[in-house]
Amino acid sequence: MSEALSVTASMPLRDFSLAIDLEVSAARRLALVGSSGAGKTTVLRLIAGLLSPAAGRVGLGDEVWLDTAASLDLPPERRRCGYVFQDYALFPGMSAWRNVAYGMRSTPRGKRRARAHELLERFGIAGLADARPAKLSGGERQRVALARALAAEPRALLLDEPLSALDPATRRDSLRELHSLLGGLSIPMLLVTHSFDEAALLADELAVLDRGAVVQSGAAAEISAQPGSAFVADFAGAAVLHGQATGEPGGLSVVRLRGGGDVRSVDRASGPVAVSVFPWEISLEPTGSAPPDSMLNRVEGEIASVTTVGNRTRVGLLTPQPLSVEVTGRSAAAMDLHPGGRVTAAWKASATKLIPI
Amino acid sequence: MRRRSIFGLVALIATLVVLAFLVIPIVAIFTNSSPVRLIEALGEQSSRDALWLSLRATLIAVAVIVVLGTPAAYLLAMREFRGRALVLTAIELPLVVPPAVAGIALLASFGPQGILGAAVADLGIELVFQTAGVIVALVFVASPFFLRQAIAAFAAVDTRQLEAARTLGAGPFRSFLTVAVPSARSGLGSGLALAWGRALGEFGATLMFAGSLQAVTQTAPLAIFAEFNSPGGFVGALALSAVLIAISAALLISVKLVGGERALDAGAQP
Repeated sequence: MSEALSVTASMPLRDFSLAIDLEVSAARRLALVGSSGAGKTTVLRLIAGLLSPAAGRVGLGDEVWLDTAASLDLPPERRRCGYVFQDYALFPGMSAWRNVAYGMRSTPRGKRRARAHELLERFGIAGLADARPAKLSGGERQRVALARALAAEPRALLLDEPLSALDPATRRDSLRELHSLLGGLSIPMLLVTHSFDEAALLADELAVLDRGAVVQSGAAAEISAQPGSAFVADFAGAAVLHGQATGEPGGLSVVRLRGGGDVRSVDRASGPVAVSVFPWEISLEPTGSAPPDSMLNRVEGEIASVTTVGNRTRVGLLTPQPLSVEVTGRSAAAMDLHPGGRVTAAWKASATKLIPI
Repeated sequence: MRRRSIFGLVALIATLVVLAFLVIPIVAIFTNSSPVRLIEALGEQSSRDALWLSLRATLIAVAVIVVLGTPAAYLLAMREFRGRALVLTAIELPLVVPPAVAGIALLASFGPQGILGAAVADLGIELVFQTAGVIVALVFVASPFFLRQAIAAFAAVDTRQLEAARTLGAGPFRSFLTVAVPSARSGLGSGLALAWGRALGEFGATLMFAGSLQAVTQTAPLAIFAEFNSPGGFVGALALSAVLIAISAALLISVKLVGGERALDAGAQP
């Protein structure tokens, strides 16, 4: 029964204009990424109905929420669009379960408490149902905010920087939880973040927003390996690969990458993981030139793109999962890198981060 | 041991003088006559009429102020519009208008010869020499106390929370009632108490606009003045004053308890 969320809008912002055209299918996760002030939150606000664009159309399936041409602009309460705010915006005077129960319109009054508890249970914080938001940690607040948004049975879900209010240690755990929670939903999801890595982990597809316009969209690995512009190349941070980890005596973990190939990491993990490595940690060498080394990961591939960003060169490789490598302009010239050529990417096991998902 | 500075000594003496000056008159009300005589004086019909009228009139006035003033304050706090500063100043004007001037102003607008006098009469409403007139006077002088506090309290409400309520399906009224009002409750509570305190003490505007008819328009402050002017009425005036002081003190304490120290401080900032 879920339908696609579509938004077309244009409006002047402070010193540039927003002009976007996005569509998110049911059960799909689109991440809008870009630096702060690029207009990401504005997009969420106008989808939710908290802001009206100069011109545009927002709809879900056949239902129209906003159509400036037809002077139609439904208020937020009639759009049924879940919104997780950056600072969560929990109601401070209400306990966690009352926050969650706030939006339960179709649940009879007598059953709301039980249903709120059920949701909190699913999010692993049933024990905190009676606590006020001030007593909760950042990660707990995030879960209450998400439970509150989902309790209203939204037809689409918007998340504004869902991890930015968390400290780095909590962020990693929260990233994994959010990944699995969002993965179980059948509605369109749109999240905004300024972190390319977060977007790569949480979303199926990314749209890079720069000064109000989407400059490139696609899967994270594609964008990272074949950046359409220097801005995107600079913005796309760590390469993120997916695979299955197994521990190995000696402290190393071995990850069998989806699509083929093994990499090693000093991080300990087992089960499904995201492997992240920064492009500047990877070096390029001619294929077959060096002896195997258990502390060094090597993946061979065809060069897809060569993009210059300042004095560095970003090289996209068509490995089983696309990989982007950053080398100095000088070594790029020395190696004669060009699309279609074959090279081997090499990086240390110690530069390979594993994030269980 | 450190020697006390001369300034420290002067400041200490000044503090004691101020304290004594403010507290002695209050204490005098209770100690000038014996408690038995004070309670006897309260037994008089005119005193009881006045207290009962004050209680009813101020409760109705405060109810009117809260019911109309809360949504008005919310709108003024949330909306940006041209002339907003002017509107806010107009609301605060009754704070600085002398009570006698307020009485004349009310007569000039709602009195029989006032610019709206005919319209008021057509509606079948009589204000002059009527309890309704007392309530009009109380609302006029007391509402700015509530409005100021309420506007400041609503302006401090986190708009993200209101937006969150809207995305969760609450309309403008439900988000106002369930999110904005609870967030602003300490400011609203202290505004209510201050407005009530001001209404209880109202004298000039009531006298000018509604007169001083026993059991109809003679509120406790007017009765104190009437007692004081009648031969041998000083004790009766003292007794009524003691009751008013007790009620006012209870209001002040409740403000401090509801909003903490900050509730009153916040009112000092425009």
